[in-house]
Amino acid sequence: MKSVLPVLTVTLAILALWYAAVVPMNAQWERDQAARAGTELTTAELVTRTMSQSRPRLPAPHQVAVELWNSTWVEERHGRRGLWNTGTLSNRSLVHHGWITLLATFLGFAIGTTLGFALAVGIVYNRAMDASVMPWAIASQTIPIIALAPMIIVVLNSVGISGLLPKAIIAAYLSFFPVVVGMVKGLRAPDAMQLDQMKTWNASGLQGFLKLRLPSSMPYFFASMKIGIAASLVGTIVGELPVQQGGLGVRLLTGSYYGQTVQIWSALFAAAILAAAMVGAIGVIQRLTLKRMGLSS
Amino acid sequence: MSARQGTGHFHPGFWQNLAMIAALFWALWHVFGSGAPQWPLLGLSLVVVLATLHDPARRRGLVVHAALLAGIALGLGVAALSLLPLLPLESRTGALALVVTTWLAAWMLVAMVSALPRGAGLAGRIQGLLAPVLFGVTLIWIWEAVVRAFAVPRVILPPPSAIGARIAGSVDILWVDLVQTVVKGALSGFAIGCGAAILFALVVDRYLFLRRGLLPVGNFLAALPIIGTAPIFVMWFGFDWPSKAAVVVAMVFFPMLVNTVQGLRATEPMQRDLMHTWSASWAQALIHLRLPAAMPFIFNGLKISATLALIGAIVAEFFGSPTRGMGFRISTEVGRLQLDMVWAEITVAALAGSAFYGFWALLERRVTFWHPSQRGR
Amino acid sequence: MTAPSMPTPVIAAENLNLIFDTADGAVQALKDVNLTIAKGDFVSFIGPSGCGKTTLLRVIADLEQPTSGTITVNGMTPDAARRARAYGYVFQAAGLYPWRTIEGNVKLPLEIMGYSAEERRQRAARVLDLVELTGFEKKFPWQLSGGMQQRASIARALAFDADILLMDEPFGALDEIVRDRLNEELLKLWDRTQKTIAFVTHSIPEAVYLSTRIVVMSPRPGRITDIIDSPLPRHRPLDIRDSPEFIEIAHRVREGLRAGHVED
Repeated sequence: MKSVLPVLTVTLAILALWYAAVVPMNAQWERDQAARAGTELTTAELVTRTMSQSRPRLPAPHQVAVELWNSTWVEERHGRRGLWNTGTLSNRSLVHHGWITLLATFLGFAIGTTLGFALAVGIVYNRAMDASVMPWAIASQTIPIIALAPMIIVVLNSVGISGLLPKAIIAAYLSFFPVVVGMVKGLRAPDAMQLDQMKTWNASGLQGFLKLRLPSSMPYFFASMKIGIAASLVGTIVGELPVQQGGLGVRLLTGSYYGQTVQIWSALFAAAILAAAMVGAIGVIQRLTLKRMGLSS
Repeated sequence: MSARQGTGHFHPGFWQNLAMIAALFWALWHVFGSGAPQWPLLGLSLVVVLATLHDPARRRGLVVHAALLAGIALGLGVAALSLLPLLPLESRTGALALVVTTWLAAWMLVAMVSALPRGAGLAGRIQGLLAPVLFGVTLIWIWEAVVRAFAVPRVILPPPSAIGARIAGSVDILWVDLVQTVVKGALSGFAIGCGAAILFALVVDRYLFLRRGLLPVGNFLAALPIIGTAPIFVMWFGFDWPSKAAVVVAMVFFPMLVNTVQGLRATEPMQRDLMHTWSASWAQALIHLRLPAAMPFIFNGLKISATLALIGAIVAEFFGSPTRGMGFRISTEVGRLQLDMVWAEITVAALAGSAFYGFWALLERRVTFWHPSQRGR
Repeated sequence: MTAPSMPTPVIAAENLNLIFDTADGAVQALKDVNLTIAKGDFVSFIGPSGCGKTTLLRVIADLEQPTSGTITVNGMTPDAARRARAYGYVFQAAGLYPWRTIEGNVKLPLEIMGYSAEERRQRAARVLDLVELTGFEKKFPWQLSGGMQQRASIARALAFDADILLMDEPFGALDEIVRDRLNEELLKLWDRTQKTIAFVTHSIPEAVYLSTRIVVMSPRPGRITDIIDSPLPRHRPLDIRDSPEFIEIAHRVREGLRAGHVED
């Protein structure tokens, strides 16, 4: 708990820096406007105006916060197309877009983690797979496989597969490799002495897996899941760019098309909140699980 | 690599051989007749016969063993190379059966190669590459064979041969894109981001308060989809490479900062006390103790950042770019369904990515040779 | 005993107290410690864990600050003595830098203290010879056995001209056979170099074999319960440990440790 005050201070400092940056970033436009109108701006006027532009170069933090609030609660509660009035989520709300992104991320993450886990078991128990597949799994972490995303979306779209699944596939393969590499490490975490101990008890292969390898791999499993879900979210967002069927990626892209900076920033924050929530959720599960296993400190 | 266990279960042996024989008969069933693909069948039969002779349980002389392996490789090579020009066969099932048989045969060879006792030194290292290379070649071959056998449209999946031809034919475009995205975008951003992070880490390290406050925030930020800042930077710095470099800076800064700060704390109290008893100055302790001790962490950060830099530079181009660059090419050629060009760019991106990563990994081995993780090799 | 009647004190502690503030409340690590160590002495600190023997050594080395009382090293404050490079310190683990060769490790304090390159080379060669590590200069620490690593760390502490050597259970992690040999070598080295040595240990035979004076300490609060002057000669072969004098002193040390324990 010693770090609460420092973290708060740092966060406040970042906010202060942000506010401080808003003025010079947006000042030029205000000066141009004033020059065109033939008026002079006082410094106070300049500062207040830079904080409230409709399409600023850098929106002020409170503008982003207000936009986040408006495009979630206000839109759904009072909006003509909102949940309150129509019974369905408004296609202009971040709740709607965030939900689309979240679903694809979760589906892809589940697929990727399951397959990654299975391959890791194969690699640990099969020497040929270890020798042939493992180097590629490691190499895949060094290359920008996310570049495949637009192609996967478009090709699957052209054969009639669209919507959730293509994005989920990208999210899946992005979380797949971190899980493979992490789990191979984890399943190999037991040392020779522990494995020999199992042998002296004449434990079967399955028992050795369930009672030794699997429990010892748990810390690694959660660590790679955290990496995996963050990667999945990035994959989903990038996968949403080429075919615009909703999602936070689309909000980012349309925002940049129309110069709606406030919309970009609010979508960015929505994505950040989503990422933080998911990583945080895994962190909570990790803490509970490891605590029950007596592994947490 | 660490210790391996459980090699007994799927040892190159009985079941694999049986599956291969069954697949071969399945193929024969469908393609037997006047127009039968003789060379592939001959090659695969050779593999089957030799694999049956090969009994992993029995110890034979080195020469016999080598001859068996060479024979299997020869049969496999003949089958694989002679099958490709014959595709597509009239009988699609027959073609599939032949591809499956070849796949099983190749997997058997991979298994045999990886079961060999590893040699020492350079020979051992080359031998260690054999299995993954064989596996990679097999995957590419299957890709090529399946695309040919089933006449997959090029707008869905071009065969590797077409991609190779496209790479050879578009070297100039690929080069321009590589320079734009990797050299200008990724490398400059990487250098600025990592350099700034390391310098900043030195400041953070001196003040406990900053360390307590910035580390959690940095860890938190490192997990966020920073790539989403791309449209903002494109708006601020324009379409050309500075905006890509800015995205890269934003992406690599926090992972690098967190790793370096952790690394600078990675000295044992005893070693710090020792520096104190010698009344070493802050700079002396930094140069002689903390920086060397931090190197494994710094290199870890550099390796993570190397991958992130390329991702950032490519994806940022999806949000707007001049008419060159890898991300630009990928998104526009996808739109024009020129998938061979897309794959060509991806190949170049993969090569550039692993080369950049490999550079840091090699340097790491030279600099942190003393670290336990580097010693065993 | 060949020492003159009133030698100049190298280390002098008076009414030394040190209190640590821990999560479980204040812990008195040192209570009313009075001690003088004369030049050329080999003083051992012995006692159960928590008796403050390591803390006392760390106070001498300016790695901890006393809460009250005074302590001088070579007539100066510990801080000034440290800046004057008055002592070499050897820890329980060798603490060598894995990225430096054995020679590089020995040269490191010399580099920090600003010796010339030629001087560094000569001194490293000399002290490595002293601890019988000639021929291993270019090896890395992790390529040597634990005993050799510890010898290298002693060489490192000897490399600069400090006339005090502070050793914190330097042989604690080694096996008995290696330990015997290093004890013997340490005695020879002490004899040759005339240094003052303060040595922390929890082994009675080690303390008796090595020391001219044995400081017995006991815990809660950490304090000195007995100081025993050894009548053993300066020159001590290993088999002196079977002599009646040796056994007599060892007995006194054991009694002292037990007395401190009963008081709890």
